[in-house]
Amino acid sequence: MTRLVLFVPLLLFAVMAVYFGLGLREDPSEIPSQLIDRELPPFDLPPLEGFDAGLSSRDLRGQVSLLNVFGSWCPPCAVEHPMLMQIARSGAVPIYGIDWKDPPGAGTAWLERNGNPYVRVGDDSEGRVAIDLGLTGAPETFLIDRAGRVRYRHVGVITPEAWRDTLRPLVEHLQSEAEQG
Amino acid sequence: MTRLLVILALVFSAPALATPGPDERLDDPALEARARALYAELRCVVCQSQSIDDSNAPLAADMRAVVRERLLAGDSDAEVRAWLQERYGDYVLMMPPVQGNTLGLWLFPVIVLIGGAAGIVLFVRTQKRRVAVADREDDAARASALTDEEGLS
Repeated sequence: MTRLVLFVPLLLFAVMAVYFGLGLREDPSEIPSQLIDRELPPFDLPPLEGFDAGLSSRDLRGQVSLLNVFGSWCPPCAVEHPMLMQIARSGAVPIYGIDWKDPPGAGTAWLERNGNPYVRVGDDSEGRVAIDLGLTGAPETFLIDRAGRVRYRHVGVITPEAWRDTLRPLVEHLQSEAEQG
Repeated sequence: MTRLLVILALVFSAPALATPGPDERLDDPALEARARALYAELRCVVCQSQSIDDSNAPLAADMRAVVRERLLAGDSDAEVRAWLQERYGDYVLMMPPVQGNTLGLWLFPVIVLIGGAAGIVLFVRTQKRRVAVADREDDAARASALTDEEGLS
């Protein structure tokens, strides 16, 4: 019995090793979204300079769509942009944009330079809608279902792999769900 | 030497740089004090190991602005916390709330403390007993040695 007690530290070590080992696999910078399966917080953003229409949360009802938050100041957004253009061209799903904390005119210049994959873009120059969305950085992309609920959040660049393996299957799943409903 | 001084100066001036700017001050000193206390309790979600009080990230500044806005709107401290928690989850609180999935986190140190204390008590007791037994044996040996010496037995 007393001999067995000697194994307690080893056992404790094993438990902690497993626990921390599992912890290593998680990315602590990824904060789980509070919005999943909840309705998109209501917002009504003005248009970018030179555009007629802004973006309201009501625009995202009635169809499956992507809501992409970007900024012209954000280097990863430049990496992501060609992928957004490609998705827009393929017609797989409409993409809506929120230009986050850009100075006046910067978002418009960005879209003129890189192309515009968005159906509509809202200008969140104050960053308030970003906080309502629980945003932790740019780019971030929300997958919205037909009822206007957030079903998935993608943090960071939509890589071709992320689109092919994660987002597109989810989009297709939601679209078929929408047809049935 | 100069380089070292510069480095030291930078290191020690970092906290000063990070404090919210003067344009962020609320006019009402009582509200400002509450705002400052709340900043320290709320995590900067882009820098995570810092509170929004310590961080000069733009998002932290926006979150401070939201805190001031809520306070001016008459929210209680708890309501401000709840407002941000609704958007960013428990992560936004520097101190995790006591609830089901954090019980282990809160109880573990207490359990370790009690376990450690119990271990020490047990160890000391067994040691004492051992010493007592050894003493008694010692006494007996010395007694018999003495009686031998004096030829009493």
